[in-house]
Amino acid sequence: MPPLPSGSAPAIALHDVSKRYGRRWALARLTYALPAGRSLLLTGHNGSGKTTLLRLIATALGPTAGRVEVLGRDAVKDRDSVRRDVALLSHASFLYEDLTAQQNLMVLGRLLGVDAPQDVADALLNRVGLNRRTDSPVRGFSAGMRKRLAIARLLMKAPALALLDEPFGELDPQGIQDMEGVIAELKAGGTTVVLATHLIEQGLSLCEERLHLQDGRAVVA
Amino acid sequence: MNKFVKFGLPALTLALLGAGWWLGLAWAPPDREMGEVQRIMYVHVPLQWMAMMAMFINFVAAVTYLMRQSWKTDAMAEASAEVGLLFGTLGMITGSIWGRPTWGVYWSWDPRLTSEAILLVSYTGYLVLRRFVEDPEKRAVWSAVVAIIGAINLPIVWFSVRWWRSLHQVQSSPKTVDPQMVLPLRVSAFGMLALLILFMVHRYRIALAERKAEVALPEALPTDDPALRASHSSKVA
Amino acid sequence: MSAPKPRRSPGLLATTLVLLRKDLLIEWRTRARLNALVFFAMATLLLFSFALGPDTKLLERNAGGYLWLAILFASVLSLGESFRVETENACLDGVRLAPADARAIFLSKALGNALLLLALAVVLVPVMVALYGVRIVTGVGDLAGILVLGSLALSAPGTVYAAISSNARARDVLLPLLLFPLVIPALLSAAKGTTLVLQGDPMQQLGSWQGLLLGFNLIYWGVGFVLFPRVIED
Repeated sequence: MPPLPSGSAPAIALHDVSKRYGRRWALARLTYALPAGRSLLLTGHNGSGKTTLLRLIATALGPTAGRVEVLGRDAVKDRDSVRRDVALLSHASFLYEDLTAQQNLMVLGRLLGVDAPQDVADALLNRVGLNRRTDSPVRGFSAGMRKRLAIARLLMKAPALALLDEPFGELDPQGIQDMEGVIAELKAGGTTVVLATHLIEQGLSLCEERLHLQDGRAVVA
Repeated sequence: MNKFVKFGLPALTLALLGAGWWLGLAWAPPDREMGEVQRIMYVHVPLQWMAMMAMFINFVAAVTYLMRQSWKTDAMAEASAEVGLLFGTLGMITGSIWGRPTWGVYWSWDPRLTSEAILLVSYTGYLVLRRFVEDPEKRAVWSAVVAIIGAINLPIVWFSVRWWRSLHQVQSSPKTVDPQMVLPLRVSAFGMLALLILFMVHRYRIALAERKAEVALPEALPTDDPALRASHSSKVA
Repeated sequence: MSAPKPRRSPGLLATTLVLLRKDLLIEWRTRARLNALVFFAMATLLLFSFALGPDTKLLERNAGGYLWLAILFASVLSLGESFRVETENACLDGVRLAPADARAIFLSKALGNALLLLALAVVLVPVMVALYGVRIVTGVGDLAGILVLGSLALSAPGTVYAAISSNARARDVLLPLLLFPLVIPALLSAAKGTTLVLQGDPMQQLGSWQGLLLGFNLIYWGVGFVLFPRVIED
């Protein structure tokens, strides 16, 4: 599947999008378009709706109202197609505690129909610097190692759109540097990146566009 | 409509139930075998019928909700399950009271009774689930799934219990209905139907108001009122 | 970057097998938990004999029912556990977004749970034979049929309800409350069938109980297949 054709449909288009959790509006009537080929920095305080927005774009959630378009496709109607091209690095790692690093990656590889999933998994573990922990169960991993494995999981999908929720959190300075390298590499490979982070400096150096959220609404930065 | 629900429906309910029960207690003859005790039938049987009807409404509301989401069908599902559970429980209690002098026991494991007991437990579970899920959308979807699965189970339970019992001995419950008993039964049944509708309408309104309150709090931002919306955005910008 | 493309998305059956393999691998790697489940079920069997006193005739006559009650109690634990694994790091989201067909998730979970219960039943039968002094009269094949059908019958609706209750408050109470009334027909026919296998079947009733179990399975595997996606998708 080729990456998005740049210059045509926006990578992400939000039309009057709202999302409610029980009694609370997490996003309120958000309208925004991210031009194709540009990367987005998402800022805002805790609870401002960043994570909800990323989960909506990733189709982990459905909007309460409004329409989300990802890579020119409707995030509700063409959900499976969107899911194939989008990868989410979330607060929750999506990692099975009782499986090893390699097994975790291989499960995803098999679900995606990747050829030779074990070789791909080993290459990715090498890439994120976990090659010595290939056969260790995730339960013994530190927070930083989990983050590294989660990014390997994201790379396994080779997504056209990568959604990164606080990718620098829980990483040491070396880890932050490595993560910046991975993001730069993703962008060089033609992947659109959406980055939600508190580290605005790092974010601004990596992204061309910026969207600031406050109480679930867009604020001009 | 509002006036009818407030005054007409309660009056109609009282009149029909009063007439039906007066006919049943004073006008109809006592049962030849069971004697005066049998007169509880005019309460018990209508209660059971209406419980069944409420459960059927619940099933239809659940299916409708899964096909087309709306708070109205969800509220209807909640109302029908709760009222149905009330009527079913009362029906079961009156049945036990009837059963003691007639069969000599409060309870027997006959298919009808057993199935109903299982049904009541299922709907208790359904209502507990509704209490334990805060997110109104998830609550509506999950409880609809549980309602459908529970309703599908009912015929299976009935058949399996009948087989299970038939391997021991058949418990026959004589249901010989004298023509003079038909009229009071029919009038009480319509009275009970009016009571069911009355309860359902009120419970439905409460449920719908609760849903509305859950999904639209004062600080809820996306409002359809443009004036409110403008004031909100100006505060932030 | 070495992009692992091109790929062909696996179909429903292939996805089911990938997920089933993953679940069985997790079960294997946490087999201490599995052992605890077996001992729990055995303790249940043992407790029935204490609860009913030393009346060996009574125990012998009701052995089939006790066996299935022990399996049912254990199934509540194993069903809850199979979804606790998925909620721990939001793994179910990870699988959904992979993307994996929600129906494949249902099939893999239900099959995995059925296999687990079947293995448990196979371990429990000799214990039952020893504790209650019963013997298999009609044949091992009949017993195997009942065990397979019964395990499948508990796990299909159990998977749907475990997915629901794993996200609700008080999930440990909710799952049995929802599941027990639902599986009564399955419990009834499995217990009856087992009793016939153990006591002899002079009136040829075993077939109809197996038929009832089969029907129960067909209905709830179908219903689960259709409704499960609505349960886990937002």
